Amino acid sequence: MIKIRNISKTFGEKMVLDGIDAEFEKGKTNLIIGSSGTGKSVLLKCIVGLIMPDKGNVFYDLRNFTEADKEMKTEIRREIGMLFQGGALFDSKNVEENVMFPLNILTKLPHSEKLHRVNDCLKRVGLENINKKRISEISGGMKKRVGIARAIVNNPNYLFCDEPNSGLDPQTSILIDELIHEITHELNITTIVVTHDMNSVMGIGEKIIFLYQGHKLWEGHHEEITNSGVPELDDFVFANKVMSKMRHT
Amino acid sequence: MRGFGKYMIFLSSLFVRRESFSTYYKLVIDECIQIGVNSAFLFILVSTFIGAVTTVQTAFNMVNPLIPRFVISQVVREMTVLELAPTVMALIYAGKIGSSMAGGLGTMRITEQIDALEVMGINSSSYLVLPKIIASMMMYPMLVILSGVCSLIGGYLVGTFIHIVTPTEFVDGLRFNFNPTEISVALIKAVVFAFLISSISSFKGYFTKGGALEVGIATTEAVTTSVIAILLMDYFLVNIIL
Repeated sequence: MIKIRNISKTFGEKMVLDGIDAEFEKGKTNLIIGSSGTGKSVLLKCIVGLIMPDKGNVFYDLRNFTEADKEMKTEIRREIGMLFQGGALFDSKNVEENVMFPLNILTKLPHSEKLHRVNDCLKRVGLENINKKRISEISGGMKKRVGIARAIVNNPNYLFCDEPNSGLDPQTSILIDELIHEITHELNITTIVVTHDMNSVMGIGEKIIFLYQGHKLWEGHHEEITNSGVPELDDFVFANKVMSKMRHT
Repeated sequence: MRGFGKYMIFLSSLFVRRESFSTYYKLVIDECIQIGVNSAFLFILVSTFIGAVTTVQTAFNMVNPLIPRFVISQVVREMTVLELAPTVMALIYAGKIGSSMAGGLGTMRITEQIDALEVMGINSSSYLVLPKIIASMMMYPMLVILSGVCSLIGGYLVGTFIHIVTPTEFVDGLRFNFNPTEISVALIKAVVFAFLISSISSFKGYFTKGGALEVGIATTEAVTTSVIAILLMDYFLVNIIL
């Protein structure tokens, strides 16, 4: 479980996050949603420590990450897998080397064992026989899947995904969402996904947090989202034409 | 001053939370190949031509018949060992390797590859930059030696081919009044310049913010700052050592 308490962040004069409290449960796909510029990605970066919050604390299973020393932070980070918006795969390495990278750095496993795990992860994300392909030779959807394989290869306890289906076609988006959801349940890990895609929200959102102008306005399950009674959330949810039609029927 | 302070903090961050020796060993070897082997051709080409041109221009200015011809190669030797090989080639090195380091790290920054390393619990500055600095400090002195040798060979070939000096005069000039300390000075300069170029370029690239335009700006700043640092440090080193 990940808890965040009173997270605030300001950039210059602009308050991007204002006193956010939330709990992200283990074995569930937790979603942070909101329109562009509401602070979703900043919140995610505060949680993983890429941005230091001005105020507040992040707890990874009761371990205070924000106030931890460098060694403790490194230890916690080695339990994290993250899928970045653009994949963040290393251009200088091929698919196999990218997925094997965390194992090379963080473990002392023999090469055969590492290769076995890499192949297992690639198979899990539906990519086989592309081990030697360069990153520039694969499609956007494949990059996301390689990113997921790299994120889970070290059996993380926490998985973070920053807009996993941005720039993908609807079918591939659904595949990626389902993959993240299945992996979360299979490995019983705490997963946090940042998205503004309503398909993801309705498809995999077991716990949803809605951010609006740096504030948390609502949290709940995807089945409750259409009856939230929060006008800002309604505007966000029903901005989608399909959702809007559903509302009127 | 703020930038200098940030640069010093950046340098100190290279030595904390390091990875295993074997990790760095592989990275340093890769960087050595990129920096050294892949730059050798350019260094050979530029040095040979500069050596040849220096010989011709020195001969052109030696109008006094009382000055022996072997002085031409002596002048070429002094210029090559003290300035051309370590300093002028450092400017070329900053353009080729410095820009490549800044551009590479800048691109890694804007495509979140550096963030990915940090999230994995890796000290990204140490992992990415330390091998570049070590490899640079190992390879650049070798490139300077190569450059010096090629420059003298270029001078010899052109000087004897167009009959400015005889082969014996050229070799005599190289050996006349030779002070081996100059080689040490050149190598000290090489190590210092290699450190400056690799660390400044990495610093500029590592802290790139924005997109492709900013990567271009960081690359330009890396080369400009490196060149200024080389020229200033050249002056200080010459004053201190010689």
